[in-house]
Amino acid sequence: MPTCKEAAALLIANEDRLIRLRDRVRVRLHLMACKTCPNFERQLLTMRSAMRQWRNYASDEPPTPKA
Amino acid sequence: MPSELATPFEQQLVAHRGYLLKFARLQLRNESWAEDAVSETIVAALGKPQSFGHRSQLKTWLVGILKHKVIDIFRLNARTVVLETDPDTDHANDELDALVFKANGHFAQAPADWGNPEQDLQSQQFFAVLEACTDKMPAAMGRVFLMREWLELSSDDICKELGLSTTNLYVTLHRARLRLRECLELNWFGARPDLP
Repeated sequence: MPTCKEAAALLIANEDRLIRLRDRVRVRLHLMACKTCPNFERQLLTMRSAMRQWRNYASDEPPTPKA
Repeated sequence: MPSELATPFEQQLVAHRGYLLKFARLQLRNESWAEDAVSETIVAALGKPQSFGHRSQLKTWLVGILKHKVIDIFRLNARTVVLETDPDTDHANDELDALVFKANGHFAQAPADWGNPEQDLQSQQFFAVLEACTDKMPAAMGRVFLMREWLELSSDDICKELGLSTTNLYVTLHRARLRLRECLELNWFGARPDLP
């Protein structure tokens, strides 16, 4: 079973490259057993959509504050 | 350029200059490179106004040109771009690791529940914090991170452009993402009153 640090490293690596099937399984197993890492995974997903939106906002109009 | 002589198209280009410069600075981390990239973008745009159709917005078109100019500058300066991966930065990164994880591999502080990010992503302030967090990264790290996230280059292409090893690239991106998470948690999600 990977530690949180190892699981986190694999989750981060997954943002930039395809991780091995074996590692994907290890991470899934860790996530099922761990109380803290699922939040970390959700944070990475939030960061991913934030960067996507930032890119769009970069080449488009900034989001207008709601009146 | 005297404004009474400028065409509306030229005036519009000039009005976008500051905006383009912001992204050029963030990506290039070098004032004179950023100025060059933006000047070349404007010159290129002036040279082919006919290629700006009404299909896409002016800003989108300009940012597209800017991205190409930025890549050219990286190509010309590849050695300098990644030279700054220095021991000082390595030391700071070890410290970050020690701050985030305990020796036994557990999180020193459990990652917070960031809640429903939908509303954060509607907020201009959120993106200002995101930009500030990116800007705080060491120059070489920030460049590589934005090459992924702003220029949307593949890992292979970044390695090729900068002559980086893949290991080096992945280590840099890993640290950049860990830092960004830490920075957002501290300065945005942790600072929100509706979270414990």
